[in-house]
Amino acid sequence: MSLDDKHITAKKSKAWDIELCDLRLGYGDTVVLEHVTDTFPGGKITAILGGSGCGKSTLLRHILGLRTPMSGQIYLDGRDIFTMPKKEFRRMRRRMGVLFQDGALLGALTLGENVGLPLTENTRLSKSVIRDVVRYKLSLVGLEEFADYYPNELSGGMRKRAGLARALVMDPPLLLCDEPTSGLDPINAAQMDQLLLSLKQEFPDMTIVTVSHDLASVKTIADHVLMLHNKTVIFAGSGEELYASEDPYVRRFLSRKAVPGKITGIELSSEVRAELDRWISQ
Amino acid sequence: MQPAKEPARFPANLGVPAIRFIDEAGSMLLFLLSALRRIVSPHQFSKIVAQIYVIGAQSFFLIALIGIFTGMVLGLQGYYTLVQFGSEGMLGAAVALSLIRELGPVLSALMIAGRAGSAMTAEIGVMRITDQIDALEVMDINPISYLVSPRIVASIIAFPMLTAVFDVIGILGGYLTGVVMLGINSGVYFYRIENATTMTDVSGGFAKSVAFAILVTLACCYKGYMAHTRTDGAGPVAVGNATTSAVVLSCVFVLMADYVLTSVLL
Ligand SMILES: Nc1ncnc2c1ncn2[C@@H]1O[C@H](COP(=O)(O)OP(=O)(O)OP(=O)(O)O)[C@@H](O)[C@H]1O
Ligand SMILES: [Mg+2]
Repeated sequence: MSLDDKHITAKKSKAWDIELCDLRLGYGDTVVLEHVTDTFPGGKITAILGGSGCGKSTLLRHILGLRTPMSGQIYLDGRDIFTMPKKEFRRMRRRMGVLFQDGALLGALTLGENVGLPLTENTRLSKSVIRDVVRYKLSLVGLEEFADYYPNELSGGMRKRAGLARALVMDPPLLLCDEPTSGLDPINAAQMDQLLLSLKQEFPDMTIVTVSHDLASVKTIADHVLMLHNKTVIFAGSGEELYASEDPYVRRFLSRKAVPGKITGIELSSEVRAELDRWISQ
Repeated sequence: MQPAKEPARFPANLGVPAIRFIDEAGSMLLFLLSALRRIVSPHQFSKIVAQIYVIGAQSFFLIALIGIFTGMVLGLQGYYTLVQFGSEGMLGAAVALSLIRELGPVLSALMIAGRAGSAMTAEIGVMRITDQIDALEVMDINPISYLVSPRIVASIIAFPMLTAVFDVIGILGGYLTGVVMLGINSGVYFYRIENATTMTDVSGGFAKSVAFAILVTLACCYKGYMAHTRTDGAGPVAVGNATTSAVVLSCVFVLMADYVLTSVLL
């Protein structure tokens, strides 16, 4: 069966699934990830796990078509995003909700204007309708009172929640979140998980991809897990399979164990240490 | 260690920057065309008005200040040159023509590039490095249409107006030194201005300022928009370098275009 046949059969469900085929991603000549092959099932929550700097945000950037891979294909709803007509891809992307790692709210606009931006720019809805939608979406993330604040007047966690409100404003069939819970206190983080779960219940066709370091949240929400390590996929499968995995890195990751041995292999020479001490103790 | 450059490499060393230059000129042209194409799209009006305020209204006092001193210097220099030929009565014409034809459009453009242009580069550059431009793209809001087109229209409106302010205040500055300080007859000063200035001078000056508006805005927006592709730094350093090079490029553009336009208009 050729790849294309497979994609046609896969298209039956209304939910968008994402297929990554032997992707090789990087910047310039530096390869960040290679041999990435996996399917993020439609209508389910997929969690991307991995250490800091392993390329999780890079992978999201490519799924969004903001960068082209060095090689390999990405199929969205069964269609290759890099060969389909640009216009059609833009129409698809318009319907994706994206939460960037640090919110990416426009600094020149208030929170309310930010959240309503996709509506004011792309629709002809009246101001009052937009205002109501914005208030509703902000209330989902607990920020309805901050609609008139500018992003730099908010904390990092609040910016992140506002970014999620903006991502949700078009009721997206595909929601991509880059670390939705980092920078949030445990209560807000748990609420964020609740929100994602309730979204899945409310919109059974919504595909959610979330990047996370937060094992507790992965355990509660993820139907499918992709784990990246050493420039490639180290695990792909369901949450239960993840916890049953025997891979030493996965085990260390799950049990939050440091790499055994010294913290660093580098030693300060005694002269440097003496010199440093002399200045510090002054 | 880098190997010493052999003479045989000389053409290649010349070629790389040349190709890069042509490459960048081409992509700037495409950038401009795509911004111009999107001027007439929905929701632009309020953004244009906001930008006119930033580029135009907020530059007013700076332009007035530069204008009055430029006019005063012109008045002084002009007087002491003209008095040697016994034709100090021509001072008004000399001041007005140099302002309207050259100094008004050029100095206003340079000052606005330094004030509003650098701010444009910094703002767009920061948006670039903090993913805001990517976010716009993902929401299917064309970043060039959202950020660049309104600024170009606003500049096309604001530059000629500021140039007019500069000209008028400069002429008053010349009046201050020539008439009030050095004692030329006030009637003669204004009569000479009226007599020597033709509509062609005025419209030529405005044509220049429209051209400068497009060039300065293009240089400043482009450099900010491309801040992430810089090789001389990353993050905030790249934005800083982009701002510097935007102002430098704007000045080069303005002075080169001034020469070209003057030779066409004369
Ligand atoms: N614009 C860029 N140019 C060059 N290299 C980059 C760029 N952005 C990221 N990288 C590199 O790509 C690698 C992966 O970065 P990425 O941001 O995807 O990591 P991440 O998994 O999202 O990390 P974190 O969990 O800390 O957000 C890093 O080693 C980084 O140095
Ligand atoms: Mg990241």
